[in-house]
Amino acid sequence: MKFSKFLLSLLAPVSAIVFSLAVGAVVLLIVGINPLDAYGQMLSFSTDSTSLASTINRAVPLYVSAVAVAIGFQMNLFNIGVEGQYLIAAMFAGWVGTNVVLWGPLHITVIVLAAVIVGAIWAGIAGALKVTRGVNEVISTIMLNFIAFSAIAYLLANRFSVESESLNLSTGKLPPSGRLPDLNWMITMFGFAEPRGVAIPGFLIGAIVIGAVYYILVWRTRFGFDLRISGMNPGSARMSGVNPKKMVFYTMLISGGIAGLVGVSTLVGKLGAYTQDFPRGLGFTGIAVALLGRNHPVGMALGALLFGIMDRAALVLKLEGIPEEIVVIIQGVIVLAVVIAYEIFGRIIAKREVKAAAAALDQLDKGVEVTV
Amino acid sequence: MSENDRAVELVDITKTFPGVIANDKVNLSVALAEIHAIVGENGAGKSTLMNMLYGMLTPDSGEILVRGQVERFHSPKDAIGHGIGMVHQHFMLADNLTVLENIVLGFEPKSGVTIDFKGARETILELGSRYGMSIDPNTLVEKLSVGQRQRVEILKVLFRGASILILDEPTAVLVPQEVDELFDNLKVLRDDGVTLIFISHKLDEVLSVADSITVMRGGKTVTTVLPADVDAGQLAELMVGSELPSPDTTESTVTDQVVLRVENLAYRAPDGRALLDDVSFTIHNGEIIGIAGVEGNGQSELIDALMGVVEPDSGTVELDGTDISGASTMDRHEAGLGIIPEDRHRQGLLLNAPLWENVMLGHQSQVPFARGPFIDMKGTRNATEEVVRRFNVKTPNINVPALALSGGNQQKLIVGKEMLAKPDVLIAAHPTRGIDVGAQAAIWDELREARREGLAVLLISADLDELIGLSDTLLVIFDGKIVASLDPAEVTPEILGSYMTGVAQDVAS
Amino acid sequence: MTTDTRQPMVDMKDGSLKWSRWGRILVIFVVTMIALSAIQEATGTTQLTSSGTWGAALRLTVPILLAGLGGVYSERAGIVNIGLEGMMIAGTWFGAWAGWQYGPWWGVAFGVIGGAAFGLIHAVATVTFGVDQIISGVAINLLAAGAMRFLSVVTFTIGTGGGATQSPRIQYFIQTFDVPILSPFLDSIEEKGWFFFSDVAGIFGGFTTTVSWLTLIGLLAVPVSGWLLWKTAWGLRLRSVGENPWAAESLGVPVLRMKYWGVVISGALSGLGGAYLVLVQAGIYREGQTAGRGFIGLGALIFGNWIPAGVLAGAGLFGYADALRLRQAAAVHALLLVMAVGLAAFALWSIWKKNYGAATSITLFAVLFFLWWLTTDEVATEIVTATPYIVTLLVLSLASQRLRMPAADGIPYRKGESH
Repeated sequence: MKFSKFLLSLLAPVSAIVFSLAVGAVVLLIVGINPLDAYGQMLSFSTDSTSLASTINRAVPLYVSAVAVAIGFQMNLFNIGVEGQYLIAAMFAGWVGTNVVLWGPLHITVIVLAAVIVGAIWAGIAGALKVTRGVNEVISTIMLNFIAFSAIAYLLANRFSVESESLNLSTGKLPPSGRLPDLNWMITMFGFAEPRGVAIPGFLIGAIVIGAVYYILVWRTRFGFDLRISGMNPGSARMSGVNPKKMVFYTMLISGGIAGLVGVSTLVGKLGAYTQDFPRGLGFTGIAVALLGRNHPVGMALGALLFGIMDRAALVLKLEGIPEEIVVIIQGVIVLAVVIAYEIFGRIIAKREVKAAAAALDQLDKGVEVTV
Repeated sequence: MSENDRAVELVDITKTFPGVIANDKVNLSVALAEIHAIVGENGAGKSTLMNMLYGMLTPDSGEILVRGQVERFHSPKDAIGHGIGMVHQHFMLADNLTVLENIVLGFEPKSGVTIDFKGARETILELGSRYGMSIDPNTLVEKLSVGQRQRVEILKVLFRGASILILDEPTAVLVPQEVDELFDNLKVLRDDGVTLIFISHKLDEVLSVADSITVMRGGKTVTTVLPADVDAGQLAELMVGSELPSPDTTESTVTDQVVLRVENLAYRAPDGRALLDDVSFTIHNGEIIGIAGVEGNGQSELIDALMGVVEPDSGTVELDGTDISGASTMDRHEAGLGIIPEDRHRQGLLLNAPLWENVMLGHQSQVPFARGPFIDMKGTRNATEEVVRRFNVKTPNINVPALALSGGNQQKLIVGKEMLAKPDVLIAAHPTRGIDVGAQAAIWDELREARREGLAVLLISADLDELIGLSDTLLVIFDGKIVASLDPAEVTPEILGSYMTGVAQDVAS
Repeated sequence: MTTDTRQPMVDMKDGSLKWSRWGRILVIFVVTMIALSAIQEATGTTQLTSSGTWGAALRLTVPILLAGLGGVYSERAGIVNIGLEGMMIAGTWFGAWAGWQYGPWWGVAFGVIGGAAFGLIHAVATVTFGVDQIISGVAINLLAAGAMRFLSVVTFTIGTGGGATQSPRIQYFIQTFDVPILSPFLDSIEEKGWFFFSDVAGIFGGFTTTVSWLTLIGLLAVPVSGWLLWKTAWGLRLRSVGENPWAAESLGVPVLRMKYWGVVISGALSGLGGAYLVLVQAGIYREGQTAGRGFIGLGALIFGNWIPAGVLAGAGLFGYADALRLRQAAAVHALLLVMAVGLAAFALWSIWKKNYGAATSITLFAVLFFLWWLTTDEVATEIVTATPYIVTLLVLSLASQRLRMPAADGIPYRKGESH
């Protein structure tokens, strides 16, 4: 019974993905591209080590972003502001990182802490506004995103940037003690070639730790219990002693703190600085990954990898002269399709569970009668 | 046919819901241009009957005759088409629209492409002045008092040309002056030829306004009487039932040690209406205090205030001699206050979560469920197994979601988890509502047993058998006030009914 | 105290402005103009009231206004729409493509259709399938951005000068007009540099010179929306659905259909706003052209308290700030003084109304703005860019009791499930 439940819950994201691919195929057909050809190209890339590294490189920050969103989702709290939180956190962390000189691990720790604190503060504004003034967190986090973009533009142009030969504004390069080494040995030790132009980010380990901590926090601690029951049934949570305001504020802080870590992988890894062309959009895509992975640490990891693969595949399409943006369309459709699919399959699963329990109860009754 | 002076006749109407017979061969006959009251306790089947007349439900069997013609209504629209209108107990109004907009919505008179506001305003003012319900059509509904909103609801129905009005507990939300005004309005309407069907359980009001009264009990019509032929006491007896169960003859285990002391608890709604008015009582070790009352008279607010879910405006709550008035809900759980919530689906369970998580609910900060900031999975599972075993919860295992359990077993789980925590005081709200007889008996036994061991219980219930059978003392709550303290061994239906319906009001205890 | 909360500009009971109100508005206008003129004298800028600034402000206002009006329809029908940005993006692409292919008015039509199509997706997801309105909105924004880029690659790479991120230049703009007599007359007055009179002439000159027909249509959408929503049965039903769908249902209003109307119109108006950006402002489609204007429209919607005239006020404010930023940095600095003076006047008014709590906090803000003006020489343009968002947050947190969002906005509704 447990296994069939697992299969059923897998059916929802799978059918959503299939549906989205179908929509993508129709779009491709309309513009005169053979979808089988395009999807074939997307699959053909998979085995070489550069693709693997590229996929993971993309998946790591996406995963962290998804976790940041998911923790809010656990209690029906929408943090749409991960985008702004991670960007402003990455910029400050980059600036802090270039202005301290410390022993390696400590240096990284300071950078990470700075990112967490700035992210938490930025999200905390929305939390405080909701708790004290009743401001809807969706609107406030959207507005805070744009305020963050402006603040970044201003600070980068006027305060944090360093002289550089390129026109690209940037914080100073982090010293080697502030950089995480890559993890390419993880694949080269199996005889793969060294990836080219991209590396498996050292922060992969950080992402795994975040996933584990998220799991423990949500499913193994009292806080996590209060968090989840607030989402499941606010009335029961309230009666059981959960203070909704405290819960909202702390959850927003934690979500923002995790959001602050989204950019760290790139910051202490590939780029080594916060630049004007620092990767954007991870906050919004993180929402999609969280929905796809059903807020579960493993599910979201799979979702992040899937999105990583798709982004990598997009590059392959481009080389073949097929518009890579078809991938973004598919990703967008997935978000809507997966929510609808979970709604439908969730009902089926619940019905089956009740039926199974009833059947088990019947067995129980018979057993009881025999023993009496 | 033409000699028929009946506005509405309901013949042998039966309506069942899964497991409940809401209406059992009900007959009702309402004359044209009369005020016909239908009285009965909660759950007597009044609302179901009226919903069928208004087309929101269809009867399983029986006939509905309107002005002598057999009709079948499939939706309120059909009923409205036959001149029947309903004023719901919970108003169906949009606060941010004007009175005028609310009234014309869905039935807009047009002038060209726009709404004929001018014409509609005149019609409304005309209706208002004719029936003494004048109200400014341009005011926003949110600025109206409850009584004025009710007028809007009535005007809405009249605007659509209804000549038969159903009013579902119209006085439940009104203050006395508003009630008087409403009754004046109703009389004007009646004199103008409108038929009014008026649902209530406030007997003095019914006696003062109705032309005839039909009493319902347990899904059946008991009788139809004229107000001149009965007094409030007789009516209350008809409503509650002629025989009250004799209380169980278990010996008293009440000690003289006060466990819970509630003093002068007061709580007002945002609009200033008193929901709890100077409520005071004490419960001793080994005592069960029962709270009787028609629902909606402050019971929910009392529970919320005791649990710290709402902050009362004044008053103190003392548990074991400690003032817990300012304590959080969690603190109260930890201090030994247990709760069986009145609505188990909304306040007592996590329907989609496994049983072991449900058992944690309310005790998540305590041993054996928590160890420091972490959940103690092993302790939780053991405790859940124990609840299931000791309280005989029928379930295949403790991993199934709560919604897989029958209502009775869900309730046994809730009672069991609260008992396991060995509380000093248990607030038991409708502990056996909507569950099977077996589970009901088991829960009653459990409460008696715990009482013998010294538990203090506040029992809030709509089930008079339960209240009289279990309580050591019966308090009656009416309009947020404790209006009587009665000995369950001596109470008669007449007395209980008259206090519950507000006919008698001695401030006691 | 809570009276008059819903009607910042228009008296909603009968929708018409009363003459006494016009009189009051005239007085306020004259006083404001004298103050502006004085501030310009003091700070040495002329851009606060120049016809160039006000013409630009008008052009920058309209797209925000249209998105905000779209929000009015959707949220008045009870569906939160944070997908306005995505619908606007659709409008830019469709407007550019059809404008490039068939001419500007075709661009307008296709912009509307493109926006409405995404509105329809939002409606299907939220109304029919009951998907969370926020999630659907986020998805719309992702989807629209991706889909339009895809379409650009497919179509614009063929034309000269086009590519994945921009369209070929659209040859014809929407036609513009000068109001005859008035426009040259005001222009001549403005050039005189007279205190007060030239300033007034500058503002009205901006409104009457090289006005695009599409601007006129955009502005007309305000009274038309007010009329539709408050005067017709259709509008009443649409609003009732956003306030209390259960009451509406009990009176036979087709709730789901009304919600569909609201969301699709919302998309159409946002799409029109997008088309405006392309066909009036830029003459070309560029990726990221909307630059968050859909979200600023959301801000204008909140600022304007979900009322068309209020949305116009919000959009105008944001558009004006943006115009100043584009034209002259020094003028932005002078704007700080305007804010200080304006807030001081507002504080006096609050004292007159005996609302001392509000007066205190407003005075504090006035002093802060004054000090800011005094101690700095210029305002970073980024701060101006962030203004709409900051203002929205401030309005939400400081004036939330005056805001009146539709009561059932964002609450999922299923037929027959009474509340």
